[in-house]
Amino acid sequence: MVRVSKSVTIKRPPEAVYEFWRQLENLPRFMSHLQDVRSTGKGRSHWIARAPAGQQVEWDAEIVEERPGELIVWRALPGSDIQHEGSVHFRPAPADRGTEVEVALQYDAPGGKAGALIATLFGEEPTQQIRDDLRRFKQVMETGEVVLSDGSLEGAGQGPLKQRAAQAPATEVGR
Amino acid sequence: MKATCWMGKQSVEVRDVPDPKILNQRDAIVRITSTAICGSDLHLYNGFVQPMKKGDILGHEFMGEVVEIGREVKALKVGDRVVVPFTIACGDCWQCQHDNWSLCENSNPNAALAEKALGHATSGAFGYSHLTGGFAGGQAEFARVPFADVGPLKIENGFSDEQVLFLSDILPTGYMGAEMCDIQPGDTIAVWGCGPVGLFAIKSAFLLGAERVIGIDRFDYRLEMAREKCGAETVNYETVDSVSETLIEMTAGRGPDACIDAVGLEAHGHGVEYAIDRTKQALMLESDRPIALREAIMACRNGGTISVIGVYGGLVDAFPLGTIMNRALTIKSGQCHVHRYMRPLLARIENGEIDPTMVITHRLPLSDAAKGYEIFLNKEDRCEKVVLSPR
Repeated sequence: MVRVSKSVTIKRPPEAVYEFWRQLENLPRFMSHLQDVRSTGKGRSHWIARAPAGQQVEWDAEIVEERPGELIVWRALPGSDIQHEGSVHFRPAPADRGTEVEVALQYDAPGGKAGALIATLFGEEPTQQIRDDLRRFKQVMETGEVVLSDGSLEGAGQGPLKQRAAQAPATEVGR
Repeated sequence: MKATCWMGKQSVEVRDVPDPKILNQRDAIVRITSTAICGSDLHLYNGFVQPMKKGDILGHEFMGEVVEIGREVKALKVGDRVVVPFTIACGDCWQCQHDNWSLCENSNPNAALAEKALGHATSGAFGYSHLTGGFAGGQAEFARVPFADVGPLKIENGFSDEQVLFLSDILPTGYMGAEMCDIQPGDTIAVWGCGPVGLFAIKSAFLLGAERVIGIDRFDYRLEMAREKCGAETVNYETVDSVSETLIEMTAGRGPDACIDAVGLEAHGHGVEYAIDRTKQALMLESDRPIALREAIMACRNGGTISVIGVYGGLVDAFPLGTIMNRALTIKSGQCHVHRYMRPLLARIENGEIDPTMVITHRLPLSDAAKGYEIFLNKEDRCEKVVLSPR
C-alpha cells in the first residue's frame, strides 16, 4: 500500500471547515481532478474524476466513520476501479489560527490497477497534488473562491496573444 | 490594449494584447491613468528575478479609474479613482489579519513554485515574475486587480496622480525601511542607495525622528537630491576607500544606529570583492550581489538594526554572519506590507509632510516605455524616476 498525507491550516473554526467538506458536492470546487461528487444516501457517494484525453474515471465510496467537526473516514466500495481509503482530520489550531486539516490517502502500490489509475489522476507527485488541492480548499474557505491569475501572454509575434490562467479553476464559484 | 511586455533579457516592447477580464468575483478592472517604472523592474529587465515568460506584462506601480467590478466587490464602484498596492492580498488569512499583507497566504496561484524556491510562498504581486503568481502588470492601459475590495485606496481629495501614485510601492517601501529601524532620539541612519526608494527612506527616517541621515550612492546627481530634497548628508562610495570606515568616522566611532539597504541584489562596488561577486553571479555560483548589505552589516553600531528593503532573489556568498551574531545585530526585512501604510502615508501627503513628486525626473507616454527602461537603467539624463502615461 502507498500512503500519502498532507495538511494545511485554515483560518475558520473546525466545525465550519468540517461542514463544508462533509457536503461532498463541494469537493470539486477545489479538487482540480474531480468533475462531480454526488451523495447517494446512507453515507454513500458517487465520484467522477477527469482523466487525460477526455476520459472519466468513476467510483462509489462510503463513509465508514465520522465525528462532526473532527473526522471523516471513507473507502471505495468493492468493485470500484480505484480501490482506496482516505481520511480527513480537523483539529483546532493554536490560538487564533483556525483549523489544521490533514488528509491521508491509502491505495495499492503503483503497478496495481488502482495505483496506475491514481497515478493517471494525480500525476507523478500525488503529494503535490493533494497539497495544491488543500491550498485551493484554504482559498475557498478563507476568501470564497479559488484565486486565479491572468497568467502569461504567450506566443508573442503571432498576432493577438493568448492569455491563460496560471492556475486552472476547479469550477467557477461565487463567494 | 497596449501593454509593456517583457520580451527577454534587456528587452521590453509595448505591444497590443487582449484586454484583461474579470476572473474572480472580487476583481476589478482599472483603466490606468499613471504608472511608473520601479528600480525592482530593472531586476526583471536584467533577468535576475525569475521565472519570466516572453510576453509577461510588467509594472506594479499604477493607479487609475475603476471601469468594471466583480459581483462580490462591495467597497468600490465603477468610476472610483484608486491607487493599487503592488502586493495582492486577500484580507482574510492569518497573515493579512496580522497586518503582514505581502505574506498573504491565498493570493499567489503559483505558491507551489514559490515554496520550492523560498521554502514558503509569499503573496501575489503585479507584474513580478511567476514566483508571485504571474499576474499581469500595470504598465498598460488596463489591469485586472484581484481582491479589489481589500487593496485599492480610493483617492477623493483632488490630489494629482503624481502626488499619490507612489503609494502603490516606493513610498511605503521606503517608509517601512525606516520604520523597521525603530528610530530613537539621537539616532543616525545610513541609507544605501539614493534611488527613489532610498530617498523616501531618508525622508521617512527624518519624519520618524532621526537626528542625522546619511545617503550612500555613486551618482552625484542622486546624492545631490538626497542632500537638497531630503536633508541628508552623503557619501559617494566611489570616492572613499571604505564605506564602513567612513561611516564609523562620521559617527565618532559608533557607527550608524541603523542601516537601510535600499539597493538589493545588483549592488555595485569597487575592488576585488565586487569583481568576485560579479564573476560568481555570471557563473551562477551566487544569484545575488550583497555588497551594500555587507557594508551595512560591517558599519552598523553594536546592537543596531539592518533594515533590508532592496530586493534579493536567492543566495549570497561571504555573508558576515559572525559580525551579526557577535555584535548583536538585528536584521529586519520584507517586501513592503503596502496595505498597512497607504492610509497613514496619504495623510502625511495631505498635511504636507512629504511630497512624493520630488523623485520624478522623467514623464513619458506609455508607448515610450522601452526608452524609459533604458534611460532608467543607464542613469541617463540624471534619471531618478520615470512616470508613464497611457494617454
